[in-house]
Amino acid sequence: MSVALNATGLGKQYRNRWALRDCSLRVPSGRITGLVGPNGAGKTTLLRMAVGLIKPAAGEISVFGWSPTGQPALVLARVGFVPQDRPLYRRFTVGDILQLGRHLNPRWDQAAAVARLARLDIGLNRKIAHLSGGQQAQVSLALALGKRPDLLLLDEPLSNLDPLARREFMRALVEVVAAEGLSVILSSHVVAELERVCDHLVILNGGRVQVVGDIDELVALHKLLIGPRLDAAVIGGDATVVQATHTEHQSAMLVKVGAHPVGADWEVHDVSLEEVVLAYLGNPAAATLPAPVMEKAG
Amino acid sequence: MLHFHLDARSGVPTYIQLVNQVRRATRNGTLHAGDRLLTAREVVAALAINPNTVLKAYTQLESEGLVISRPGLGTFIAQGIPAPLAPALQRQLRRGLDSWIRSAEIAGLDREGMLALINLAMDEKDKKGAHVA
Repeated sequence: MSVALNATGLGKQYRNRWALRDCSLRVPSGRITGLVGPNGAGKTTLLRMAVGLIKPAAGEISVFGWSPTGQPALVLARVGFVPQDRPLYRRFTVGDILQLGRHLNPRWDQAAAVARLARLDIGLNRKIAHLSGGQQAQVSLALALGKRPDLLLLDEPLSNLDPLARREFMRALVEVVAAEGLSVILSSHVVAELERVCDHLVILNGGRVQVVGDIDELVALHKLLIGPRLDAAVIGGDATVVQATHTEHQSAMLVKVGAHPVGADWEVHDVSLEEVVLAYLGNPAAATLPAPVMEKAG
Repeated sequence: MLHFHLDARSGVPTYIQLVNQVRRATRNGTLHAGDRLLTAREVVAALAINPNTVLKAYTQLESEGLVISRPGLGTFIAQGIPAPLAPALQRQLRRGLDSWIRSAEIAGLDREGMLALINLAMDEKDKKGAHVA
């Protein structure tokens, strides 16, 4: 598996709060990875570390094998980053923005950027301030893609977009991935949208990595068990309980199944990605991961 | 040409939904041997879904022998897939089913109850089959 981003034991503290703590993960290349977690989970900190805007206080991060702060030119030539507020100069025209991208990026592809915006009916002579939120998001995406990145980082790209603009943004994204095979990491808390678009998932919670894996595998590995009321989480087999809820007569457990089947008195139901994500977010102590292992630098 | 659709609330993984739609279309005669499927990029654009998901579905269909991929040309329904049910046979099975549904209604079963009974019968049949094998 070739790796787009690798983090080992990352830590960053703001005053007395850990933004990231002992954060280790590996994001495969050629995939669209969803980065989910509640506000303050460390998603933005992780993305900003990947482009060298924040230096880790502990641990290491590398992008295609290079350090964003040690070898910034090598990393930045290959990475496109769209921050959460999608900064664009509001008094510029769309054409001015592309001109800016062209002057700042050696690998700039003007023809592709112009064609992309033409397909979306966004004229080059229009002022940024006069575009809708969805169109501004598309211009930000075109700007980030114009430099022909191998890795695209999108921080909450769907925030403040209406459902149609979200769908159009995601369509533009998957089309470019299908055509060019770049790697994408996007943070979001709209899990329903992620399920269509992402094939890999990272759950960050309280600055730590809770879950990393292929979405299809994660969904297949988790089941909802319903059975007679239990006070303790004893389910037989070697399943791990992520979340347990009880009514007067019944217990429901969202579990990660093990190698052995669970007891016969449990009804087993499939779960959606959203149910898996919510179960983990609601139970920060649960994790699919073994304790992090420090790797020796190659 | 088969147009895919997705049911976001079904909880069935996207690639399995695509696989099932192709299977169903060959069974009910919507797709025939030699018909071309949409290219992966066309499916990605139509549904705004992950390209790897489409490739995964097509790979699974190919491993089941239902489709063959011809590099540069596209993905096609394979020759020799089971023919769709003949209309006469389908009508005959439907008549049996319709009368079963009427009896079930008289017995007080609703749609859910009937589906549950059918699933139970199929599960038990599958279990017996597994013992024989």
